[in-house]
Amino acid sequence: MTVEHAQRRTPKVAKTNSVFKKAVMAVSGIIMVLYLIAHVVGNLKAFSGAEAFNSYSGWIRTVGNPAVPGQTTLWIIRLVLLAAVVAHFWAAVSLWRQAKRARPQGYVTKKAVAQSYASRTMRWGGVIIAAFIIYHILDLTTGTVNAEGFDSTPYDRLVASFQNPFVTIFYAISVILLGMHLRHGIWSATQTLGQSNRRREKTVSLFAIGFATLLTLGFLLVPFSVLFGLID
Amino acid sequence: MPLELFNVGEPIADTKAPRDVPIGERWSQRRFRGRLVNPANRRKLTVIVVGTGLAGGSAAATLGEQGYKVKSFWYQDSPRRAHSVAAQGGINAAKNYRNDGDSVHRLFYDTVKGGDFRSRENNVHRLAEVSVDIIDQCVAQGVPFAREYGGLLDNRSFGGAQVSRTFYARGQTGQQLLYGAYQALERQIAAGNVEEHARHEMLDLIVVDGRARGIVARDLVSGEISTHFADAVVVASGGYGNVFYLSTNAKGSNTTAIWRAHKRGAYFANPCYTQIHPTCIPVKGDYQSKLTLMSESLRNDGRVWVPKERGDDRDARDIPEADRDYYLERIYPAFGNLVPRDIASRQAKNVCDEGRGVGPGGLGVYLDFGDAMERLGRPAIEAKYGNLFDMYAQITGEDPYETPMRIYPAVHYTMGGLWVDYDLQSTIPGMFVIGEANFSDHGANRLGASALMQGLADGYFVLPATISDYLADGPFEQVDEGHPAAVEALTGVQEQTQKLLNINGNRTPASFHRELGKLMWDLCGMERSEESLRKALDRIPEIRQEFWTDLKVGGDWHSFNQTLEHAGRVADFIELAELMCVDALHRNESCGGHFRAESQTPEGEALRDDENFAYVAAWEWTPQGQPPVLHKEDLEYEYVHLAQRSYK
Amino acid sequence: MTATDGAMRSSVGTPGAEKRGMNLTLRIWRQQGPSVKGKMVTYKVTDISPDMSFLEMLDVLNEQLILQGDDPVAFDHDCREGICGMCGVMINGQAHGPQQTTTCQLHMRSFADGDTIDVEPWRATAFPVIKDLAVDRRAFDRIIQAGGYISVPTGTAPEAHATPVPKKDSDAAFDAATCIGCGACVAACPNASSMLFTAAKVTHLGLVPQGQPERDDRVVNMVAQQDYEGFGGCTNIGECSASCPKGISMETISRLNHDLLGALRAGARPKS
Repeated sequence: MTVEHAQRRTPKVAKTNSVFKKAVMAVSGIIMVLYLIAHVVGNLKAFSGAEAFNSYSGWIRTVGNPAVPGQTTLWIIRLVLLAAVVAHFWAAVSLWRQAKRARPQGYVTKKAVAQSYASRTMRWGGVIIAAFIIYHILDLTTGTVNAEGFDSTPYDRLVASFQNPFVTIFYAISVILLGMHLRHGIWSATQTLGQSNRRREKTVSLFAIGFATLLTLGFLLVPFSVLFGLID
Repeated sequence: MPLELFNVGEPIADTKAPRDVPIGERWSQRRFRGRLVNPANRRKLTVIVVGTGLAGGSAAATLGEQGYKVKSFWYQDSPRRAHSVAAQGGINAAKNYRNDGDSVHRLFYDTVKGGDFRSRENNVHRLAEVSVDIIDQCVAQGVPFAREYGGLLDNRSFGGAQVSRTFYARGQTGQQLLYGAYQALERQIAAGNVEEHARHEMLDLIVVDGRARGIVARDLVSGEISTHFADAVVVASGGYGNVFYLSTNAKGSNTTAIWRAHKRGAYFANPCYTQIHPTCIPVKGDYQSKLTLMSESLRNDGRVWVPKERGDDRDARDIPEADRDYYLERIYPAFGNLVPRDIASRQAKNVCDEGRGVGPGGLGVYLDFGDAMERLGRPAIEAKYGNLFDMYAQITGEDPYETPMRIYPAVHYTMGGLWVDYDLQSTIPGMFVIGEANFSDHGANRLGASALMQGLADGYFVLPATISDYLADGPFEQVDEGHPAAVEALTGVQEQTQKLLNINGNRTPASFHRELGKLMWDLCGMERSEESLRKALDRIPEIRQEFWTDLKVGGDWHSFNQTLEHAGRVADFIELAELMCVDALHRNESCGGHFRAESQTPEGEALRDDENFAYVAAWEWTPQGQPPVLHKEDLEYEYVHLAQRSYK
Repeated sequence: MTATDGAMRSSVGTPGAEKRGMNLTLRIWRQQGPSVKGKMVTYKVTDISPDMSFLEMLDVLNEQLILQGDDPVAFDHDCREGICGMCGVMINGQAHGPQQTTTCQLHMRSFADGDTIDVEPWRATAFPVIKDLAVDRRAFDRIIQAGGYISVPTGTAPEAHATPVPKKDSDAAFDAATCIGCGACVAACPNASSMLFTAAKVTHLGLVPQGQPERDDRVVNMVAQQDYEGFGGCTNIGECSASCPKGISMETISRLNHDLLGALRAGARPKS
């Protein structure tokens, strides 16, 4: 091995750095969390009956009318969300690839000391959640894979889906994964955005657990109510 | 003194310190009289710096800042690992922030006295003057010294002083100061002013026309041995405590750089002055590879004792008060457990020699916090010494809150080193020696918190100021690898390296190192006598002979070979050991860290002989088979009155 | 560091009592050089004292290997008192082994007779293997070169008491400054990220008043350099802090992120 001097090789270009990627991930994550809060509130409308639920669904599509025509607001929300998903995904893949390059040869034996199940499953959990979201849109938004088909009302599709125990279980697993993803994600975002410190650590961690649990339960409430016939 | 051991040569003297002005003006006068190098010419001058501890790191950074071309060498992977990093206690400076009567003159006086009147007044005074600038420099670098609630720097008191002048960063002062110098050095590397040579070991000095002009170094990774040239060479390679095998030094600390320079003509001064620290964790077994220091502050609350009867192997907690001998309190009622390092160490040895030592091999004494725990309560002890107790538990597996600690003295620092003048230049023009590697400002004993002060004083302030007077004559004639002196040095190193590999005997370098260390510890350690030293001088040449006929080093020198590195260092330690014993034998007095059994007061305390030994012993190397030559530098005391120390 | 584990208590009060030697199986990563393939090789060591440090146990193995004419295992070490940061290997999948300390301060009483112990080097692109268990960590030095300092040429410093520093800031700066640069954080991190190392220095210098003028440039350049060296990105998992022998906290990473995002907003860009 020849020893080259360790004089600093200066980075040639100001490349996007790893912290910036994480910041993109944190901000896009926060946008999606805000959407999820609205989403779960909407879901709970199912308890007010088919009419309320369907009219709520209709309202989303016409909100802002007549100031803006048709589904403009909805599409703005959809585009923002899509951008957030793409950014989140890009940052994740990019960091994952960087990690692969940073350690091409793994350890023969490696033990985790601090990792939680949630932090360890961020990447694969994220992929599963993404797959779920696609199915979820095809099922309940477009109706493409729904038993009631495209022409049905949102409420019909909801009931049709969750009467099937397999769908409900898949949904439940995904939502629980999402909850774990959020628990670590919320803590991670405060850290990435430089907002955590020793004083806040406990508060942030408790908030992350509380928020993730509440949101998960909120999302689980409707499908299980359908499954057990509380909503039909 | 029989002549076969050494010959006496011409006296030597420091001619650089201006003696025509009062001591307080000599340093500024020297700087004024020394010639300067025009900033534009500095780029044409190259300086090699060997070592990146407090002295070498700060010197390389400062010379780089001044515009010289610097080549920095170190044997570890990073300059941040130099053993200065391990210094715990603190750094002295005459800031007088406590308004407790401190001054440059008092720090000067305390240091000369602490050194048992065997150091140079001029150097020590300069050290005290510069000490204040060091603190300013380090604070500006961001060194997180301990502070008080008002935001100002905190100070504590340390051994040998009646004022609080020690600045500290918890128990990691050396680490924090080193990182300050390391960061300054890395900044200069990034700026292109310092060229770095990581994992390189200096193996010889290249002397051309009487001037130091370069070094031979081995790249420890590739194994390549190569020559490097400069207009001056600065050696900052640390102390040689590892000649004892077991010491508080890092495993890699060695004497090779200064020893090979010595063999090229640099005089070696006071090699027998070694400091032995009283509170270290005792040896556990033959496999022991190093010793760990425990802060001296433990003696503030711990009481030192051994059983009254030899062979008393009861558990410490089962030995009643009546059967314990608190020997320091008994012998020194006034100072008790707080006597200076050398005295505490020697008394521990005495009681162990009497067979009353405790622990494995009977080499240990108890340091008992039982009384302090009762008086102050466990929480108070935890708050004061918690980290030290944890460290002790980690290493020994014993709980010091439950059972008394065991401690034993260990080699810690070497006051001796290469001889230098006031400019820190050795007897080879162009070779400068700084930090622990030179024979230093500490005389026969170093006070606590003074090593860091000296290293940084030399590196930041003294050497960068004095070296310009020498470099003003440069740039010197171009030398390259084809120069006969370079070829001779290079082939010499290659041949010796190959020779180590060719022996292919039956013993590892570590086995020779252990044997040598034990011999030095037993015969030239805390107490030396003519008899013990003659025994050592009989045995060391035999060890050397066995080393060169029965050594086993595997592999080759064209690769990363840690056994080979070790072998080369042990070869030099063996030669140095012999000189240490000669020096210890010729100095028929006790002073500081050098205790001769023949020279003690009726009470058994060290007895100096100022009439015959108030000099620095600077040794000149002679080819093997011929006795070394002693050059005496008389020590004159104009400002400090010679006195016998007493701690009764 | 804690002073209580089972093996420890049993030896209390019986200093020097005869202890039974342990017999161990070691599986050690052997690799001749950076571009050569390595593999795990099995060795047996016998009669190991529980009081030995882990490195002293490796010394015993190496002495045997040298005398047998075999190549001893290369490993870095120096001070052997937990402060220089030179030692560090993966022991049974954990950086520096089962205790939160340096490898040199790990003692064999942490293992049991008959154990098999896996020993591997730090693994990261930015830390190429030199030989066996020794790796090249100069990437850390280059991160420091990118800005881990305060520019203050020797002799230019103002009087030390000119600027008081609040004790709380000074103490927090010290906590971050205790990082020894051993590389355990990188070794333990699933992403092989050097974030904790960089954050410790950014925090140390960012907390003292002397470090303020270069604060923005420092963080931007140090982060750019660590990416350039080939370290992974931080994903806030926390393996680093849990493996750090000096217990550097995750809070330092949050501080770095905060400083970096602020510096980018303020227009600071890496020097190119």
